Amino acid sequence: MALEATLRGIRLVGDKTLRIVERVGATAVFLGLTVMHSATSFRRFDLVIREIFYAGVQSLIIILVSGLFVGMVLGLQGHETLQNYGSEQSVGVLVALSLVRELGPVVAALLFASRAGSAITAEIGLMKATEQLSAMEMMAINPIARVVAPRFWGGVISMPLLAMLFSAMGIIGGYLVAVVLIGVDDGAFWSQMQAAVDFRHDIVNGIIKSLVFGIAVCAIATFEGFEAPPTAEGVSGATTRTVVSSSLAILALDLVLTAFMLKGWN
Amino acid sequence: MTNLVEISNLNFGYGSRLVLKGINLTVPKGSLVAIMGLSGCGKTTLLRLIGGQLQARDGSVTVAGHHLNDMNQDELYALRRRLGMLFQFGALFTDLSVYDNVAFQMREHTRLPESVIRDLTLMKLNAVGLRGVQSLMPSEMSGGMARRVALARATALDPELILYDEPFAGLDPISLGVIGQLIRRLNDALGATSVLVTHDVQESLKIVDYVYFVSEGVIVAQGTPDQIRASTLPFVHQFIWGEADGPMPFHYPSRTMSDDLGLKEV
Amino acid sequence: MARSTLNLWVGIFVLLGFFSFLMLGFKVGNLSAGGSSSTYTVIAHFDNIGQLKERAPVRSAGVLVGRVKSVSFDPVHYNAEVQMAIDSKYHFPKDTSASVLTSGILGEQYIGLDAGGDDKMLKDGDEIKLVQGAVVLERLIGQFLFNKAQDGGADKGVQK
Repeated sequence: MALEATLRGIRLVGDKTLRIVERVGATAVFLGLTVMHSATSFRRFDLVIREIFYAGVQSLIIILVSGLFVGMVLGLQGHETLQNYGSEQSVGVLVALSLVRELGPVVAALLFASRAGSAITAEIGLMKATEQLSAMEMMAINPIARVVAPRFWGGVISMPLLAMLFSAMGIIGGYLVAVVLIGVDDGAFWSQMQAAVDFRHDIVNGIIKSLVFGIAVCAIATFEGFEAPPTAEGVSGATTRTVVSSSLAILALDLVLTAFMLKGWN
Repeated sequence: MTNLVEISNLNFGYGSRLVLKGINLTVPKGSLVAIMGLSGCGKTTLLRLIGGQLQARDGSVTVAGHHLNDMNQDELYALRRRLGMLFQFGALFTDLSVYDNVAFQMREHTRLPESVIRDLTLMKLNAVGLRGVQSLMPSEMSGGMARRVALARATALDPELILYDEPFAGLDPISLGVIGQLIRRLNDALGATSVLVTHDVQESLKIVDYVYFVSEGVIVAQGTPDQIRASTLPFVHQFIWGEADGPMPFHYPSRTMSDDLGLKEV
Repeated sequence: MARSTLNLWVGIFVLLGFFSFLMLGFKVGNLSAGGSSSTYTVIAHFDNIGQLKERAPVRSAGVLVGRVKSVSFDPVHYNAEVQMAIDSKYHFPKDTSASVLTSGILGEQYIGLDAGGDDKMLKDGDEIKLVQGAVVLERLIGQFLFNKAQDGGADKGVQK
């Protein structure tokens, strides 16, 4: 009896694992299909510009405001801790490195997944549920080329821009708190930051991270929308899955990328 | 008179369940043919087979002289440019205005200058009497108007074959009559051929040239509207006059009532 | 939304992103200091490098002139091989000396270069021969005590 229950448990774990692997594989295949059918997006770039508006511009407010607050909190907390060691001037280094290396790309991607990723899934899912994708297919227009690819590229282009804006805004927030509010020396704040932050190793790596996150979020969002069951529950479930899977993917990819970047792959 | 659509000995199923069994059907050029049957009898599946969205398991589907079974994606898309399809609830693109919906295929498939597209679009909208709503969004229109716009969109490229999936579903009696008349008029004006899938008997018998009755995956009756009206086949009689019980039983096949209620004969 | 308004907003968005990139590069990062300009590599062997790590600064007269590219153990000479990427703007004579130094008492370690007087300049792949490894506190104290003891003995000898 106990053996039976244990076996059932193990079987359940196996089943879940297989399903996750299957889903990841299917998303990757879909990503490949999207890239294959991207010619239209670049020939008619106004389609992508439209999606940059919906994914990027409309995420601007949440990204800028969150960036500012995160930077301010980092400034406060950093100053609090660093003054115990008499090195308040290093607060600029702390704020800048945390943002540029980690928080900028990761938090911006998490916000992007819940703001723009879910919207992409819901939109494509609803287009499928109302037969708009079928209609397009019957008009001899490939929905992956016409609907999915522009949204994918719009998101992929927006993501690094948003991450950089988040970091820049956060550093301004840190500056406001540390220099303007608390009175850390202005010159030391910037010069220490400049001495510690390396363009190639910190800033470019941060941008590479955000680009990878952008690809992951957009691939998941478009895939979930395209494969959503054509019902109300189907679309709402797909939207939730987009946010959950994207967030997990962002954090897992961040670990892998950080490990590679710290070890140095070049 | 040649046949635009020919289906012979067609079998189709999802998984192990056969939905269509041994269908033989022809649609002569220039005619308006209706496929009637109960909800879920495989009518829509039949329409999707003609449109090439599904592949036949056995038998052949021939549209305009092309065997759909051995066509690749590109050839299928080339054939679909000569097809128009009206979906059950219109399937208008919700992110585009009425004007852009009708102009959609012209912009995607032709290199016509915008002024010509404008003239053609307004002509198509005029044909369905809706030139006045060109700037509205699909969400701002009633179901009947949306269906007429969808009709204008389906005929935008003057198709040779127009497929209608339940064009009368969910319409008030006046819109129903308007759509019925438009279907007939457009078919004759464009010199097109039309296949109509519907369960609305009275409206369709008024406009069509020939009727196929499908029940449980097989064609049970066929003929001109007059022959159908005069039919003595019990199923057709029940269907046309909307009787509750008949050869199509009121009860879904199940165990006997006494079994379900646990009444045992002692 | 009208096409032109949409384009305007996307334009503003892209420009904002570009400006934040410039800010990150020049104001936050070291792009203004020529951080990504071309470099040449020189090698030095130290018997002890202390806590020196990759990407530690290489300074001459206190000015940043390059960064440590890699630190590895040389299995032939049993010492540490350090590769330094020096900014190609700066050239140093062949007899320049390199030493592992510490900024402040507990600060990070870096490599200090003291220029020599040779006419020939260091080229890519050259080795700096004059080196001074990291100072290890225990050895320093040991040496100090040893010297003191020797000096004491010598003084007594003279007095006798």
